[in-house]
Amino acid sequence: MEKTPKWIDVALIPLLNLLIAFVISGIVVLLIGENPIEAIRVMVDGSLGSPYGWGYTLYYATNFIFTGLAVAVAYHASQFNIGGEGQATLGGLGVALVLLMVPWPNWYLALIGAMIGGAVFGAAWAAIPAYLQAKRGSHIVITTIMFNFIAASLLNYMLVNVLRPRGSMDPATARFPAATHLPTFHDMPLIGQFFGKSVPANVSFFIAIVACFLVWGLIWRTRLGFAIRAFGRSEPAARYAGISPVKIVMAAMLISGALAGLMATNNVMGEAHRLVLNSVEGAGFIGIAVALMGRNHPFGVFLAALLFGFLYQGGGELALETSIPRELITVIQALVILFTGAFDNMLRGPIEQFFVARANARKEA
Amino acid sequence: MQADQNTTKAGRQATAAPAAKSVATPTGAPAIELKGISKAFGTVQANKDISIRVMPGTIHGIIGENGAGKSTLMSILYGFYKADAGEIWIKGKHTQIPDSQAAISAGIGMVFQHFKLVQNFTVLENIILGAEDGALLRPSLNKARRELKRLAEEYELNVDPDEKIEELSVGHQQRVEILKALYRQADILILDEPTGVLTPDEADHLFRILNHLKDEGKTIILITHKLREIMETTDTVSVMRRGEMTATVSTSETSPEHLAELMVGRKVLLNVAKTKANPGRTVLEIENLKVRDEDGVERLRGINLQIRAGEILGIAGVSGNGQSELLEVLGGFANGTGTIRLNGEELDLTGKHSDGQSRRAKGIAHVPEDRHHLGLILDFAAWENMVFGYHSDPAYQKNRLVMDNAGITAHTQEAMNRFDVRPPIPTLPAKSFSGGNQQKIVLAREIERNPDLLLVGQPTRGVDIGAIEFIHKRIVELRDQGAAILLVSVELDEIRALSDRIAVMFDGQIMGERAPEDTDEKELGLMMAGVVK
Repeated sequence: MEKTPKWIDVALIPLLNLLIAFVISGIVVLLIGENPIEAIRVMVDGSLGSPYGWGYTLYYATNFIFTGLAVAVAYHASQFNIGGEGQATLGGLGVALVLLMVPWPNWYLALIGAMIGGAVFGAAWAAIPAYLQAKRGSHIVITTIMFNFIAASLLNYMLVNVLRPRGSMDPATARFPAATHLPTFHDMPLIGQFFGKSVPANVSFFIAIVACFLVWGLIWRTRLGFAIRAFGRSEPAARYAGISPVKIVMAAMLISGALAGLMATNNVMGEAHRLVLNSVEGAGFIGIAVALMGRNHPFGVFLAALLFGFLYQGGGELALETSIPRELITVIQALVILFTGAFDNMLRGPIEQFFVARANARKEA
Repeated sequence: MQADQNTTKAGRQATAAPAAKSVATPTGAPAIELKGISKAFGTVQANKDISIRVMPGTIHGIIGENGAGKSTLMSILYGFYKADAGEIWIKGKHTQIPDSQAAISAGIGMVFQHFKLVQNFTVLENIILGAEDGALLRPSLNKARRELKRLAEEYELNVDPDEKIEELSVGHQQRVEILKALYRQADILILDEPTGVLTPDEADHLFRILNHLKDEGKTIILITHKLREIMETTDTVSVMRRGEMTATVSTSETSPEHLAELMVGRKVLLNVAKTKANPGRTVLEIENLKVRDEDGVERLRGINLQIRAGEILGIAGVSGNGQSELLEVLGGFANGTGTIRLNGEELDLTGKHSDGQSRRAKGIAHVPEDRHHLGLILDFAAWENMVFGYHSDPAYQKNRLVMDNAGITAHTQEAMNRFDVRPPIPTLPAKSFSGGNQQKIVLAREIERNPDLLLVGQPTRGVDIGAIEFIHKRIVELRDQGAAILLVSVELDEIRALSDRIAVMFDGQIMGERAPEDTDEKELGLMMAGVVK
């Protein structure tokens, strides 16, 4: 059997899918009477055209890297973790509790504490569906989805009844002490001069990059990663090898939940400086698309997260500067998800056939 | 190979001969005639140029081992698969069967090994499912109730029409499947391994029903690997082996041992250069080992075996008689009751304190029967497969966290050279190797651990002749180094050539043990058929 070159699989097909999504989005923009070229210009300008835009694009991308990695790790153990949203919500709760209850002397100690808090809470939230899957066979997709709703309600209760400062009308925690505020890109040496004071991108972006490397090492360099991949590819073979399904499902889901929980260092600790309702804003679900598009490889997740960061920020600008409604941005995002994720196999077959046929023809000639 | 072709030819002549003599009512055209059916899945040829005639009003058995291609052939007939080549003729008419609807309208009904019933529907609802007469259910249900009553009286097919499927015994569920087919006017009924899930009483009842159906002029195709059922119920029997139809004979003119021989087949005589065994201490003792499967059917019914260091114990038997379960329990990934001692130490059979890892740590290596599903991860590279199951071994770690991938790759390279794996490229995924080379990878992994006990299942299934010899040599070498070896194979010649002692398994029990020099194929064949102890 002929094999298609790898670059087709990892580069050409995703790019073509993206192109189709943009073309269809363009047609939709045209239909509502706006100029698609102008729309693209606004999006690129607003997200990539200025340090200000980059500051937001990278901030969103940081969220998506964490949730994308979370989905990817679980995927390698053939677990579909749809609960990134809830796990990131709980991660936010963990981060808020750590930052409010401990008088941190400086931001980097606070960051370490917050990372532990976010990861532990996120992992704990993933642990329950993982246990139900591993021991009882309850399907992880169902349980993680339900846990998203429970997480939202739990956060609501905690904010309204427990964490809301006395006298405040706002269902949110008190602001975190200034000592715990993370340095933004503006505060950093060398690059700081380019970024304005208000950019939200912060050191969490670099933590996300480190997380990419660590996940890569975990999956492809460690014993645990070996066992996770083996289990994900073939459960009977894993049983033959003595790899415990219960342990693998638990381990993969705990790591996945911890990664989702770590997202809170970016949005809660790095940007909002307090915990508010619906702090995750759908990033958990975007993570699914990011992992799909990034083929569950940390590097792919990184690139896909940048793309979705661009879509998020560019979309925001589009709503601001044109009469294209905010909802249309959601449509464009949905189209990208649809084509890079769900319809991925639509192009794959014909393109692979084309290259195989071409290779065969060349061989005969 | 030559012998193969001869039997095949003989088989075809037998098929082509004017309607087998024993047939009850050989009227006109065959109910089913398949001409030259071939079907391949990737590189695996599941059916090779198969021709068969089934006369109306007969019970026609198709016998063969697991994986011989029986089910594929029937799936083609029922429209699940499309044949790569060949024709289907039904009642004298060339018929296309693109899907199961076409099969049903051609009068074919199928009873699958695993029933296709809606558990929380009643019998009646299941019967009409997909055969409703209109948008309203009531008329269909009433009609089905009348029809069911008639069928029950006619064929001894009694089932309560208002009982839910989940409340029924397995035997009754099967009757519902048969009723479903009859309700759809099937006059050709295919049953795929129908007795696999039945108790002996239920099986007897099933065969009474089948005989009734035959008397009414229905045609029945019975797929099984159990020789006794074939002998007791069929008029004609076709034998399949490795995707080919090796023979079609009248049941009255054949014997279980002859069928066993046709099923298992002869191969080129295997010459294994080996000296007499020099058995030492007892390595493995098995006492009264019993295993039940998920459906509660007892697959091992009290096994007693011993293997000593430096000897090969061969387990002969038609596949599906408990050999797989024996290997799984010993390998630590199935549970059982009874006692297994390795080097005098009792092994845990409950799965609570043991798994594949702890078995390996105790010195049991396992070359599994199914290398594609168990022995290898096909998407993994050769080097990853070379440590699969031993990946926690300290020798393969760089430090406490990270595996020594480079070291493993280098080790794999050497092992591939030693075991003549071609091509010797450690980074190639396992699926890119041929069957023989895949097996060498598994064998290298397991043998090079110098185990006390090596479990080997079907070591040369799907392996080319050249590799067979190599694999046999390695197994004997390991024996000579003092390992105890348990060899399971459906190839009688392989068992006879390699084993120092032969135990024959039938229906979850050991029928007996023989020394290879004191027995012959005939005796072993009778033991495998459960005729002689």
